[in-house]
Amino acid sequence: MTGHDAAYDLAVVGAGPAGLAAAGVAARAGLRVALLDAGARVGGQYFRQPPDGFHASRPGALHHGYSRFVRLRDGLGDADVLLGHRVWAVEPAAGGGFAVHCLKGGRERATTVAATRLLVATGAHDRVLPFPGWDLPGVMTAGGAQALLKGNLVVAGRRVVVAGTGPFLLPVATSLAAAGARVVGVFEAGGRFALAPRALTRPGKAVEALGYGGRLARHRVPYKGGRAVVAAHGAGELTHVTVARVDAEWRPYRRGHETVRCDTLAIGYGFTPQLDLVAQLGCEIGADAAGGPAVRVDRHMRTSVPGVYAAGETTGVGGADLAELEGAIAGRAVVADARGVPAAGDPAAVRAEVRRRRLAAFADALLRAYPVRDGWTSWLRDDTPICRCEEVPYRRVREARDLGAADARSIKLLARPGMGWCQGRICGEAVARLAGEDPGPPRRPIAQPVRLGDLADMDERTSDDDA
Amino acid sequence: MPDVVVIGAGMVGAACAYYAAREGLSVTVLDRASVAGGTTGSGEGNVLVSDKEPGPELDLAVLSCRLWAELAAEAGEPGGFEHEPKGGLVVAESDEVLRALTELAGRQEKSGVATRPVAADELARYEPHLAPGFAGGVFYPQDAQVQPMLAAARLLRRWPGVALRTGTEVTGLLMDRGRVTGVRTSAGDIPAGAVVNAAGVWGGEVAALAGVTLPIMPRRGFILVTEPLTARADGRPLVRHKVYTAAYVTNVASDSEGLETSAVVEATQAGTVLIGASRERVGFDRTVSLPVLARLARQAVGLFPALADVRAIRAYCGFRPYCPDHLPVIGADPRAPGLYHACGHEGAGIGLAPVTGLLVARHLTGAVPELDLAPFRPDRFAGAAA
Ligand SMILES: Cc1cc2nc3c(=O)[nH]c(=O)nc-3n(C[C@H](O)[C@H](O)[C@H](O)COP(=O)(O)OP(=O)(O)OC[C@H]3O[C@@H](n4cnc5c(N)ncnc54)[C@H](O)[C@@H]3O)c2cc1C
Ligand SMILES: Cc1cc2nc3c(=O)[nH]c(=O)nc-3n(C[C@H](O)[C@H](O)[C@H](O)COP(=O)(O)OP(=O)(O)OC[C@H]3O[C@@H](n4cnc5c(N)ncnc54)[C@H](O)[C@@H]3O)c2cc1C
Repeated sequence: MTGHDAAYDLAVVGAGPAGLAAAGVAARAGLRVALLDAGARVGGQYFRQPPDGFHASRPGALHHGYSRFVRLRDGLGDADVLLGHRVWAVEPAAGGGFAVHCLKGGRERATTVAATRLLVATGAHDRVLPFPGWDLPGVMTAGGAQALLKGNLVVAGRRVVVAGTGPFLLPVATSLAAAGARVVGVFEAGGRFALAPRALTRPGKAVEALGYGGRLARHRVPYKGGRAVVAAHGAGELTHVTVARVDAEWRPYRRGHETVRCDTLAIGYGFTPQLDLVAQLGCEIGADAAGGPAVRVDRHMRTSVPGVYAAGETTGVGGADLAELEGAIAGRAVVADARGVPAAGDPAAVRAEVRRRRLAAFADALLRAYPVRDGWTSWLRDDTPICRCEEVPYRRVREARDLGAADARSIKLLARPGMGWCQGRICGEAVARLAGEDPGPPRRPIAQPVRLGDLADMDERTSDDDA
Repeated sequence: MPDVVVIGAGMVGAACAYYAAREGLSVTVLDRASVAGGTTGSGEGNVLVSDKEPGPELDLAVLSCRLWAELAAEAGEPGGFEHEPKGGLVVAESDEVLRALTELAGRQEKSGVATRPVAADELARYEPHLAPGFAGGVFYPQDAQVQPMLAAARLLRRWPGVALRTGTEVTGLLMDRGRVTGVRTSAGDIPAGAVVNAAGVWGGEVAALAGVTLPIMPRRGFILVTEPLTARADGRPLVRHKVYTAAYVTNVASDSEGLETSAVVEATQAGTVLIGASRERVGFDRTVSLPVLARLARQAVGLFPALADVRAIRAYCGFRPYCPDHLPVIGADPRAPGLYHACGHEGAGIGLAPVTGLLVARHLTGAVPELDLAPFRPDRFAGAAA
C-alpha cells in the first residue's frame, strides 16, 4: 500500500554526480536528506556501476574518476539513499514543502516522500535522430553503449561503428576499444575540428582531447570528420552501415559513400536534459547555448520556484565535472536557505562559483561547436520510422504537415509521434526539428507510467484526510 | 477577396469553412497557431446526445450526430477521422439514480434520441468488464466518437474553395461605418464579405476587436490516457462503448466553480483508454493537478476494476470555452453587421461542430436555418450591449 514516509529537509532526485554531491553537502551539514534514484545503484550515468556480484577485476578501470566516485559515495553521511525509486510526479504539498511521488522496486509499489526542499538532478538522456535502419537490433545510442559497457561489461568481440556528433563520441570509442571491441571507425558529422578554438585554449580539455587522440591511435581507431552514418542495414539485425561524406549542413555529397561492416552502431547526437519534474513544478525553463531547453537557475542553483533547486545536466548539458560542482553549490545553498543565512560569502563558495562559470562557458562552447544541422532530414526516407512506439513513418509526418500541422504539437496530434510508451523522449527532438522548431520543454504531468490503481489510491488518501 | 474569413482552425472553424464552401462560398481560414492547436487538440472526440437535457442544445446535438455520420460516409467509411458510432452506456449507481436516468431518457426520446433501457443483469452483455453492483443503465446507440484533430484537418481539405493560413494572427477587424469588412492580421489586411469568429475560448477577445462583448470563459479539463492495451482473448477491447455514470448528467449543467469529475471511459482506435474529463474553473492555469488525475483514476477503476493494473502514461488538459448559460454562441451579431459567431461550445464543441457550421452557412447565404437560432443569439447576455 501507499504511505507517507518521514518528512525530510531535502529530497534529491537523481544520484548522479550532481545529486550525490548535493546530498553529501546537505547531509554532512546536518540536514535530513533523502537521495532518490530510479537505478539500483548510485552513480548516475557517469559513475554507472556494474551490478553487484559482477566481479570486475578492477572496478575503477572504466572510470578515470573512480576515486572521486568513492569520495562522493562515502561522503553521503546520514542521507537516506532510496534506490529503485522512480519518481513519476512532484507537487507542492498542502502544508508547504513538496510531495515526491515514487514507484518503488520491481513491483512498483507507490510511495510518497515529503520534503521541505527539493533538488532535481535527473541528468539527461541521449538525443536521437532517426535515419533509415535505426530501429535494427545492434543500433544503440552512444550513451546506451557506454551504459552497457559500464553496467554490464559485455562488448568484447563486437565490431563497432561510433558515429554522430560531439566530444562524447571519443570516450565512447576509446572505452569500447579498451574493453576489447573492434571499433572500426568514429564518424563525426561536424567537421573534424569542430571543437571551438576558444575551447582548445583551455589546457585541461585540450590535453584530454589529445589524450583521446592518443588512445584512438593506440587502438587503431580511425576518426573522420564530415562523415555521417546515413543508413543502417541488415536482415533482422545490423550487418553494415552506409557512411556518407556530408557538407557543412550535413547533406550527403553525391560521391563518397562507403559501406562499413559492423554488428554494433553506437550513435550519439548529444544529450537532452531530463526536465519532466521541473516542468511539472512550473520552474522557468530557458534555452541552452544551442537552443535546447534547460532549467533556469540563479548562481546558487535555485530555480524560479522557491524551494526547488536544480543541478547537473538539467541546467544545461555540461558533463560530470560541472554536474558535481553544481551539486555542491546547490547543496550549500540548500543548507544556507534552511538556516536562513545568505548563501554566498565564504571563500570556498566564491571559488566554486568562479570555477562553475569557467566550466559552464566551456560547456557552452562545446554545445555551440557541435550543433545538429538540418541536413539530417535528407537522410530520411518515406518509410523511415520516426516514432517507434507508435510506428509512425516519416511519410505520415509529412502528411500531417500537408494537412496543416504547422508545429511539433500539431504533428503529434495528427500523426501520433510521441504519444506512446516513451512519451516522445526518443522522437521528440526529431519531430520538433522536422517542424522547424527548437525542441521545447516537456509537458509530462506523468513522468513515468503509473498504475491507475495507484493513482486511485491517492484520491482515497486525500478523501480520508479530508474526513 | 474571399467571401468569408473564418478566424480559428479548430473543429468549429473547420466545420464552418466546410459548410460555407459547400454552398459555393470562397473561404479563408486563419489560425495564429496550427490546425487543431487550440482546445480541439486538447480535448476528446465524444459526439454525445446522451449527456444533454432536452432543450436547444440537445436539438443541436441530435442533428449534429446525423451530420457527423454523413461527413464520415461521404469520404468513405471512417471518414479519415476515425468516426465510430459505438454508442454510449450510462450506468446508475443506485435505484434512485436509475429512476432519474430512466426518466431523463424518456424525455430525451421526445427530442429524437434513441434510448434503450438496460437492466442490471444485462449490463455485462454490453460491457463484460464492468464492475458489478450497478442498478442498471441506459444505452444510447447514437453516441459516437471521432478523432477531432484529424476531423478538423480533413474537413478543411474537402473543398477546394477553402484556403488555410496557419501562423496568421488576427489582430483587428476592418470596420466600415459599424460594419465588419475584413480582418487585420499579422500578415496584412484581408477584406472579406463576412467574418466568422470561431476562436473558441478566445472568442471573447475576437468579439472585443469589433467592440462587442461575448462572455466566454475557460473551464479546465484533464484527461488521462493509458498505455495501449493488447487485444483481449476474445479480440474485443476491454471497454466497448463510451461508459460513464449518471452523475455526469448533473455535472455538465453545473455552475459550480469547484472540481467536478465524472469519468467517461472509452477505448480509442490507437488501443489506449481515455479517461476524462474533469471540470474546473481556474482560468488558463496549466499546472498539473494530481488530485484531479487521482479522482479520474478512481472513477475509472470504479467502473472497470481491471483498469487498476493498467498504467496511465500521459495526461493533458484543455480549456473548454463556456458561456454563463452553457449554450454556444451561433449566428450573426446584430451589434456588428458582417460578424458571425461560432464559439463557446464548452464541452461539446466537437459534437456540435457540424451543426454549427451548417447553421452559420445558412446565415451566410441567407437561407432558412434548420433550427431556431434564438437561444444562441450573441446579444442574449444581460449587460452585453456594446
Ligand atoms: C546513457 C548515458 C551515458 C553517459 N555516459 C557518460 C560517460 O560515460 N562519460 C561521461 O562523461 N558522460 C556520460 N554521460 C553524460 C552524463 O549525463 C554526465 O556526464 C553526468 O553523468 C551528468 O551528471 P548528472 O548528475 O547531471 O546526471 P546523471 O548522471 O545522468 O544522473 C541522473 C540520475 O537521475 C536519475 N533519474 C532521472 N530521472 C529520474 C526519475 N524520474 N526518478 C528517479 N530517478 C531519476 C537517473 O536514474 C540517474 O541516475 C552519459 C549520459 C547518458 C544519458
Ligand atoms: C478536456 C476536454 C475534453 C473535451 N471533450 C469533448 C468531447 O468529448 N466532445 C466534444 O464535443 N467536446 C469536447 N470538448 C470540448 C471541445 O474540445 C471544444 O468545445 C472544441 O474543441 C472547441 O472548438 P473550437 O474550434 O471552437 O475552438 P479551438 O479548437 O480552441 O479553436 C480556436 C482556434 O482559434 C485560434 N485563434 C484564437 N484567437 C485567434 C486570433 N486572434 N487569430 C487567429 N487565430 C486565433 C486558436 O489558435 C485556435 O486554434 C472537450 C474539451 C476539453 C478541454
